[in-house]
Amino acid sequence: MSQSQPKEIFVRLDRCLSCHSCEWACAVEHSQSKSLHQAVSETPQPKRRVYVESIDPNQSLPVLCRHCEEAPCLHACIAGAISRVKDVVITNPGKCIGCWTCVMVCPYGVIGRHLEEHKAYRCDRCPDRAVPACVTACPTKALVYRSADEYSKGIRQTAASEMAAGKRS
Amino acid sequence: MLDEKSFEALSADPAVRQMLVKAKESEVPTVWDRYQAMIPQCGFGETGLCCRHCLQGPCRIDPFGEGPKTGICGASAETMVARGLDRAIAAGTAAHSGHARHLAHTLLKMAQGKAPAYDIKESGKLKSVAARLGISVDGRSDQDIAIDVAKAALADFGEKETPVLWAATVVTPGRVETLKKLGLVPKGIDFEVSEIMHRTLYGVDADPVNLLLAGLRCGVADLAGCYMGTDLADILFGIPKPVVTETNLGVLKPQAVNIALHGHNPVLSDILVTLAAKKDQEAKAAGATGFNLVGICCTGNEVLMRHGVPACTHSVSQEMAIVTGALDAMVVDYQCIMPSVAAVAECIGTPIVTTMEICKIPGAIHVPFSEEEAEAKAGEIFQIALENFKRRQNKPTHIPEIKSPVVAGFSLESIVGALTKVDANDPLKPVVDHMKNGNIRGVCLFAGCNNVKVTQDANFIAIARKLLKENVLVLATGCGAGALMRHGFMDPKNVEELCGPGIKAVLTAIGEANGLGGPLPPVLHLGSCVDNSRAVALAVAVANYLGVDTDKLPVVASAAEAVSEKAVSIGAYAVAAGLPTHVGVMIPVTGSALVTKVLTETVKDLTGGYFIVDPDPESAAQKLLAAIDERRAGLGL
Repeated sequence: MSQSQPKEIFVRLDRCLSCHSCEWACAVEHSQSKSLHQAVSETPQPKRRVYVESIDPNQSLPVLCRHCEEAPCLHACIAGAISRVKDVVITNPGKCIGCWTCVMVCPYGVIGRHLEEHKAYRCDRCPDRAVPACVTACPTKALVYRSADEYSKGIRQTAASEMAAGKRS
Repeated sequence: MLDEKSFEALSADPAVRQMLVKAKESEVPTVWDRYQAMIPQCGFGETGLCCRHCLQGPCRIDPFGEGPKTGICGASAETMVARGLDRAIAAGTAAHSGHARHLAHTLLKMAQGKAPAYDIKESGKLKSVAARLGISVDGRSDQDIAIDVAKAALADFGEKETPVLWAATVVTPGRVETLKKLGLVPKGIDFEVSEIMHRTLYGVDADPVNLLLAGLRCGVADLAGCYMGTDLADILFGIPKPVVTETNLGVLKPQAVNIALHGHNPVLSDILVTLAAKKDQEAKAAGATGFNLVGICCTGNEVLMRHGVPACTHSVSQEMAIVTGALDAMVVDYQCIMPSVAAVAECIGTPIVTTMEICKIPGAIHVPFSEEEAEAKAGEIFQIALENFKRRQNKPTHIPEIKSPVVAGFSLESIVGALTKVDANDPLKPVVDHMKNGNIRGVCLFAGCNNVKVTQDANFIAIARKLLKENVLVLATGCGAGALMRHGFMDPKNVEELCGPGIKAVLTAIGEANGLGGPLPPVLHLGSCVDNSRAVALAVAVANYLGVDTDKLPVVASAAEAVSEKAVSIGAYAVAAGLPTHVGVMIPVTGSALVTKVLTETVKDLTGGYFIVDPDPESAAQKLLAAIDERRAGLGL
């Protein structure tokens, strides 16, 4: 009897075209209005929690909170503001004291500093949505929302068909 | 179970929804499928914050403040957005004036005896246009006058000593002064388009306000192109007069050779309509009941206004005409023809016939049209349709049994003509009196397209319903007219249901004075999108009558479901003429707070006109009414 695996946001490494649509969708989802044309003029400015990083001129990748099972930020937070709720690592702004220890220890550099509110913020996996906004927004499906098992299965399928093709040729 | 109701979010037109069921069953992809595949669209493009004007780009400014704040060249969000908008205005201007230039060449060839299929249908209008331009008419032949008018038209494209005559002579004297003061008098139509391309080039104009003023001046050049298009088409093909016809996909006939005329220009379509009657025997010999010509988009409007050719469908639903399986040819000229029609036609087995050198579509049959050989080329097109009819016989068609009656054909001349029956000596007096006593609270012109982002026709219907109930006189052009006609807004018998008591009284009085035994239709169809000039002509006539400028009139405009850059340039000239102008879809300017403010507020202090951008039809209607009431108060009404 296996437990159903939680879903994660995975990045298909060969797909990102650097259009930044995930960043847009994330900022809009975390705005007051949740409307693109209104969000661009809101104060404070809505914050994205996914970052498209360029590796070289021909490759870029969206980077976002991995919600690590052994999250360094959770262990490091001196204020006890970070907790794990249903597979999602969450910063409670009420408890956050803005010491940025979490920023210091995060191996992915995906915890942001909210200058107006003096709080740390990060991906919350869009609690109001079935599928996170960044995943829905990605035009090339570089971002996918799947369980680790499903994701690995997809890679195994590709690898298997490549191996089989190698044998045939 | 897939049925018509499954598509209520896509189109308010039940005929279109029936065809969407058919398209889905036949696995024919449509514009709505392609839109779904495109969502979400890029936020940089949507807000105007993407620039591809140089090879260092593309540049994208992050409006959320964390990424780049300027382009690589240093262009701010304001500069980038204003440049992008200017280029859209220039493209729209190039298209309308390209249409007008085509007519000018046709007029010239006709007058020189090189285009025997054409004639001067309105000698009176030729002379009145010539007189307005300062061309002498006394004792001269129509042919000689036509040569001078055509040459004056062509001269209006380049920079010359005089300003663009089709702009300077068509607005009120007060507007000429305002435009002069603001530096908004165009020097040449092509000159303005070209200058926009220059100033929006890498490293030229970076001042957003300067850029926007240039955009408005190009908008005035667009008015010239539109006005010229209307004038020359009326001279060559006739001034529209009230005409009774019908609209929607139900106008297709399974046993006829159905030819859809799609695009914008009457140069070819008018010839096809005139020749169709002569060719009917050939259709009958092939076993058909005859040729059945129907219109799509503004080519459809041109031949509907002048010949009562029924309108098949409009704008975003153009593919649906092919899905009926009943079309034997879709003949296109240019503008608003989705390249997808060729793919849909391939699925269904319908020939698409392109006719213009500038508008070819892979998968279509190209018949190179020329004015010199107009009838021969028209003959080739009829032959293609006939051959397809023979192939199509005994195959099923899927024509929705849906159509609406239409009364159309309201040119300025025909409106003044109708008013003359009310007051022969002072035809504009009844309109102005009704405006003063509140029977006409104001006037709204609906223009523009159907946008796939909006439930087809829904914005037009909602706003027009509200305004008619509030006694606003409603005019319409282009696919805005198309939307309203397919929903019964041009059927006089719906006046009772749709109109408030004041506007009903006005429509009834004019209708009865003209022996119609009832009212005019709730919405007056002024023609194609170049015929927005007819609305300007009407506004200018009323303004001159009252001795005020157009920015004082309780007249507003709405492009409730705009698509084309032509809608942007029309919006620019409506604002330059002083009209509050609603756009019902977002235009890519929200990335700049400054540009948005200038367009929606600041420009009001300059021209009197301004944009109202509101995708919600209910609140848009309220804003249009408020704008009308503000103008009424300004006039002391």
